[in-house]
Amino acid sequence: MLRGLWTTFREMFAKPVTIQYPEIKRPVRERFKGRHELKRYDNGLEKCIGCALCAAACPADAIFVEASENTDEERYSPGERYASTYEINYLRCIFCGFCEDACPTEAIVLEKDYELSFTDRADAIYTKDMLIVKVPAGGQPTPQKVTPGSFDRSIPEMKDPTN
Amino acid sequence: MEKLISLKIDGRPVSVPAGMLVVDAAKRAGITVPVFCYHPKMEPVGMCRMCLVDIGRPAVDRVTHEPILNEDGTPKIAFGPKLETACTTPVSEGMVVWGATEKVMAARKDVIEFLLTSHPLDCPVCDKGGECPLQNQTMAFGPGESRFLFNEKNHLAKHVPLGELIYLDRERCIQCARCVRFSDQVAGDPVIGFYQRGRQLEIVTHSDPGFDSVFSGNTTDICPVGALTTADFRFGARPWEMSKASSICTQCPVGCNISYSVRREAKSDGRCVVKRVLPRQNEAVNEIWLCDKGRFGYHFGEAEGRIQKPLVKQGNEFVETSWKEALQLVAENFRAAGKKVTTLAGGRLSNEDLYFLKKFNQAVDGKLFASSEMGGGEWTRRLGLTPGSDLGKVGKGAAVLVFASDLHEEAPIWWLRLKQAAERGLNLIVAGARATRLDKYAAHVLRYAYGEEEKVLKALIAGQGEAGQALQSAADVIVFYGADGLGLTQTEAAASLCAELLVKTNHFGRPNNGLVAVWPHANDQGAAELEVPVSANLAEELGAAVALYIAGADPAGDSPALKEAVQRAGFVVVQELYMTESARNANVVLPVQASMEREGSLVSGERRVQRFYRAVPPLGESKADYEITAAIAAGMGTKLNAVSAEAAFAALTQAEPAFSGLDYAQLGQTKAQWPLTGREEAYFSGTVVENKDGLGVTLSLQPNGKSAPAPAVMPAGLRVSKEGWLAVPVTRLYDQAVTLHSSELLKGRIGEKALSLHPDDAEKLGVAAGDNLSLILDGQQLEAAVDLDAGQPRGVVLVRRSMGIALAGPAEMILHKIGNG
Repeated sequence: MLRGLWTTFREMFAKPVTIQYPEIKRPVRERFKGRHELKRYDNGLEKCIGCALCAAACPADAIFVEASENTDEERYSPGERYASTYEINYLRCIFCGFCEDACPTEAIVLEKDYELSFTDRADAIYTKDMLIVKVPAGGQPTPQKVTPGSFDRSIPEMKDPTN
Repeated sequence: MEKLISLKIDGRPVSVPAGMLVVDAAKRAGITVPVFCYHPKMEPVGMCRMCLVDIGRPAVDRVTHEPILNEDGTPKIAFGPKLETACTTPVSEGMVVWGATEKVMAARKDVIEFLLTSHPLDCPVCDKGGECPLQNQTMAFGPGESRFLFNEKNHLAKHVPLGELIYLDRERCIQCARCVRFSDQVAGDPVIGFYQRGRQLEIVTHSDPGFDSVFSGNTTDICPVGALTTADFRFGARPWEMSKASSICTQCPVGCNISYSVRREAKSDGRCVVKRVLPRQNEAVNEIWLCDKGRFGYHFGEAEGRIQKPLVKQGNEFVETSWKEALQLVAENFRAAGKKVTTLAGGRLSNEDLYFLKKFNQAVDGKLFASSEMGGGEWTRRLGLTPGSDLGKVGKGAAVLVFASDLHEEAPIWWLRLKQAAERGLNLIVAGARATRLDKYAAHVLRYAYGEEEKVLKALIAGQGEAGQALQSAADVIVFYGADGLGLTQTEAAASLCAELLVKTNHFGRPNNGLVAVWPHANDQGAAELEVPVSANLAEELGAAVALYIAGADPAGDSPALKEAVQRAGFVVVQELYMTESARNANVVLPVQASMEREGSLVSGERRVQRFYRAVPPLGESKADYEITAAIAAGMGTKLNAVSAEAAFAALTQAEPAFSGLDYAQLGQTKAQWPLTGREEAYFSGTVVENKDGLGVTLSLQPNGKSAPAPAVMPAGLRVSKEGWLAVPVTRLYDQAVTLHSSELLKGRIGEKALSLHPDDAEKLGVAAGDNLSLILDGQQLEAAVDLDAGQPRGVVLVRRSMGIALAGPAEMILHKIGNG
């Protein structure tokens, strides 16, 4: 019995593993998969081209994309196509990261935010405005008016994939 | 019996008719030979080299011409040093084809590698991605890696409108020339072509407006890459996200089989909407083609302004109400009218709708009319085409008379099929008052002046002239008659004269013989089969009605005289999609479902009964026409079983001898068709949809069909006074009809020009194309823009139907240049 109490006594002075969440937040692992973010290029254009391959890859059917056509007057992303609607239903998402793998422009990335709780089903649907990152310093918000012919391709500078 | 050739493909013995190409023979045996440039509906060119196979033929001794035998007595097979293209090589006796050897696979790998040297590989943003033959065949036969330098990829323009309907991406093009060959060989519109050579090769259009062809949309179906896409669908959805729903095009009487691609959309407030229209294979109707009107004119279902709730007029305003109240009001007023209700049925209504209207009319002892400016249904019902008829099989030995119809404008797919038949050796006779696109393919062109139609037909009946002789001697004769420059009474007489011609030459009651009307609406033939009459003095009939029930028609929008009649009528009920002129003049307006929101069946001009299915949920509180009729009839104490379209059709087949024995299951039956279509065959036939939902059934002729028509007298040609012009109505493909004006894309092609003059006459009047003319018609002063056409006769004004000027038949018109008073 004394031996058992000794364990209890010893643990009283040990460093607690619990933390005072939410005042204190523990950093997540590097490969942690949290809430998605839609990335932008340095000039502010959206990386997402609305190809819906993430939606096709999604095993939980959590992603919904609708595409529209870019013009040089109103440009959201490089190339002809952009996502006019982008929604992720976090009640469905299983954070598998297939969307990230499917993305041809590295536009969608599972970031570190894990604080997802909802009191309403509709709140679980994150729209494009909620998912897209802020415009980086020096960039312009979308839609942009650009000089014709400067962003003809969906991937502005495609590297040789064999290199 | 065709001569059969035996050969071996991949070790499998195959017997096919002589003259067949190896690629087709393999396809029939279920062996895939990959192709890009070859298309079963076009002549082979052997440009892409994808179909290379190893072909061996029995060796023959050069001296004795005896086959050389192996030691075991089998014929020795000599293989060539190189591979051969399966798409240009016809089969021959004893041939041995290897389509999957290492040598062949290596060749395919290399061809793909070459094709991809400059292909942008932008599959993620490409509309074809997911149903792309290049994508699929690269996965199946491609090398996986390229030895070409990435930086040497040839970058070309990605956004080239070939016209407002079709966009070209030059980078994606693999130069198979399917589109060029289609436009030239199939559509007869050589308006696009190759420009430059080698890596600089581009597809260009040399017409104004660009890609000026009513079949242009088909090139996007047969394009084996995403180089050609429609402006309508551009980035609309990915192919795998859409579900398909079979339907029938309602734009003209051909009854093309179509398939709606449907998707639920946030853009459309979460509704399921039609994203595009694809042709659905029916080799006896539209083969695998579709005209641009059918492909791009589907927007009428989703456009703004659709009526969503029953409306009741209170004072001058329409107030939304419930179905219960609206139907109660209708029943009360119809009863108050002493049950004498006059009913007007439109040409877009399905057979079920028309049958219920007929039953309703019988119950109330009223009058029922079909709303059409074209007559002759009695003769198309009695002498129409019979089961087994197929324009695709008409050729040598047969003759077709096209009378008073510009088929290219009125029913493009019939035009296409007759053109092909003429190229097969059909004796095509075109009789018309003006030059049409079909003249070029006709063996005999009979030109007459407007008003002399009777003379031409009488001469043909008497067997005069080469054309008359041809009709007498041909094994099979089909007569197409239209309403080019003719009104209701004239078309009725013309139909009866055409019937006389067919009866006299004994060309009816057999497959590929009979009378076909080029109707203005999709189901006018259905109305004819159900014996819904047309009326020559509709204005009087409508005006005298105590209670008027208009379903799917817009008489008030059709002409001022009818509008006045609708206003004069007592209590008016209109069931419609939109607030048409008639709806605005109604007491009660009831919302109906568009054809893609409901089920039903239509009868094509060739008397083929075809089913259409629900593609999207109905908008608002709208109901199908037959459901509304049943509900009104119930209020009057008549029971009609409107539980489903199928039940309504079952009741119809019980009551109508023309339809007896049919049911929805039969209409939904299919059989194997050539060329093969579907997802797996997209590389072969294009993205045309495989027909899994019914080929339709052609109605049999009724026994009373043998009676000869009484000699018809056509109203004498109109004589106009010295200062007047003879004005005649003509039909154009793109008009301002309610089902088309909601299609933004076609607006440019519809235009504003309602009149057409010969350039010489225009010069006399001092007007140029596009100028406005002031005109006096029936005592009314109007204004309209004018177009010039050198192919039309002088001294005549052609008034295009549904372009704002109401003209029911030939009439006198006074023309003035604006400014001269």
